[in-house]
Amino acid sequence: MDNITQKLMQKSESTKKDSLGRAVSLAALSLIVIVVISIFAFVMSRGLSTFFHDGVHVKDFLFGSTWNPSVVNPQTKQPYIGALPMIFGSFLVTFLAAIVATPFAIGTSLFMTEIAQKRGTKIMQPIIELLVGIPSVVYGFIGLTVVVPFIRSVFGGSGFGILSGTIVLFVMVLPTITSMTVDTLKSVPRHYRESALAIGATRWQMIYKVVLRAATPGILTAIVFGMARAFGEALAVQMVIGNAALMPHNLTSPASTLTSILTMGIGNTVMGSLQNDVLWTLAMILLLMSLVFNLVVRAIGRRGEMK
Amino acid sequence: MSKSHRGTIIITIVAVSIAAALGTAYATRDKSTSGTSITAVGSTALQPFVEAAGEEYAKINLGTFVNVQGGGTGTGLSQVSQGAVDLGNSDVFAEEKEGINAKRLVDHQVAVVGIAPLLNKDIGLKDLSTAQLQAIFTGKVTNWQQIGGKNKKIVIINRAAGSGTRATFEKWGLLGKQSIEAQEQDSSGMVRSIVATTPGAISYAAFGYIDDTIVAASVNHVSPLNKNVASGMYPIWSYEHVYTKGKPTPTVAKFLNYLTSKEIQSTLVPKLGYISIHDMQVTRELNGNIIKK
Repeated sequence: MDNITQKLMQKSESTKKDSLGRAVSLAALSLIVIVVISIFAFVMSRGLSTFFHDGVHVKDFLFGSTWNPSVVNPQTKQPYIGALPMIFGSFLVTFLAAIVATPFAIGTSLFMTEIAQKRGTKIMQPIIELLVGIPSVVYGFIGLTVVVPFIRSVFGGSGFGILSGTIVLFVMVLPTITSMTVDTLKSVPRHYRESALAIGATRWQMIYKVVLRAATPGILTAIVFGMARAFGEALAVQMVIGNAALMPHNLTSPASTLTSILTMGIGNTVMGSLQNDVLWTLAMILLLMSLVFNLVVRAIGRRGEMK
Repeated sequence: MSKSHRGTIIITIVAVSIAAALGTAYATRDKSTSGTSITAVGSTALQPFVEAAGEEYAKINLGTFVNVQGGGTGTGLSQVSQGAVDLGNSDVFAEEKEGINAKRLVDHQVAVVGIAPLLNKDIGLKDLSTAQLQAIFTGKVTNWQQIGGKNKKIVIINRAAGSGTRATFEKWGLLGKQSIEAQEQDSSGMVRSIVATTPGAISYAAFGYIDDTIVAASVNHVSPLNKNVASGMYPIWSYEHVYTKGKPTPTVAKFLNYLTSKEIQSTLVPKLGYISIHDMQVTRELNGNIIKK
């Protein structure tokens, strides 16, 4: 009798393991959360000191178009810290790359999932996965030695600019968008296709009216992920965009992105000075944008659940 | 293997590998506090020199390590004034860098570097005056024809704002004027290859980067040669500085003496494209005064 009571009162071996497992995963989780929070807190505190410590107006920073933090404007007694050219440049290359890459990505993934499934999964899948894994410096180097001279010989100028950046980013985000689109298309239930074909739709009608419609939220998510990658890409873009903090006049004039100005300037400034603080503010914008991209993906996922 | 043991085994493996990683990290940790190691951080232009000299130094002084990192002039100066590193390498006087309290730093000039304007070969010019350089880089002239070259648009390529090469070029080549906003590249090698391939391009780089893919223009009819810098004829040059916080410790002072020793200054310095401080027939003060030695 006592034996049974004791057994019932004590934690069993499995319960102990259960709480151990719980503790281990909780520890892992809290470590990650602490890391994320401290990164946010650090970048924010540095980035915001431009506004609070150095007294720069948010409006001047976001909408000013002259960037030269080490020079003070004699009229306003404020340094030239207009970040609009970089913000504009970042968004422009990101959107252009996404716009160009999306049709190619959808076409490729349709071919892989609907038209030639066997060849698609056997040949294309590994190729796409390989493209995802190529380091960005390789893309940048190819851009510098192939794309830039090509643009220069076709359009004149120096060849550095938004267009070269877009071409390099297009190749970089294409595999990301493609592989995610493939997954989405594969997850469209088989009976959707069967029903469409059964009522007499051709293959193209089935793809266009059923499969793509059902996969739209997933495809949008894929595009946003591609854009997030393009927005945060630093090295490859820096090598081909020309890094001039100027509003681009056209697609072949040198421009800059948030990341390219950041990587160029960070080693040449002194921690705690205004020139350094404004770079942290650029980093803060990048961080906030990646947060926005994440929220957009979540919103798409929630709204677009298949009905 | 029974199922209930699998979890324990995995946890053990993870724990052991974390312990091993930390252990290795601890065993191979940077022993910079032990006094036999000198850490230098800063200018990428000066990095190859200090690195090469450091290796030589470690060969003669066994047990002493010189750890050299890049990061840029700004990083070097702020790290050394915080006392985080022993030596801060800089292309400019600490007084010229904003946000640095130069009073606490001691300057050691270890080399001189000359900077030449680089032109694309098709421009057809071999000599520029400082007035012309100023007009080009401030955007007053936009075509090479306006100053006697071929009918080609001027394409300006700058180094990153805050880079030592750019600061020196603006101070002595543009006589203190700032360049207009233009393309920026973050290394001299990159600048040279872009100037070589872009029609109408102009930039600037240290003498060490001059080769026959580009034209290194003479300034005010003085060719960019080491001997012209040494005599004070050629205007665009700067000292390479190594800063210490306060008086250097004996270990650091010994290394600094080694850097400026006859042996290093006559072998390593010219080999890496710098000019020896012993060759200089003039000295230039912070305010630009040139004094004959």
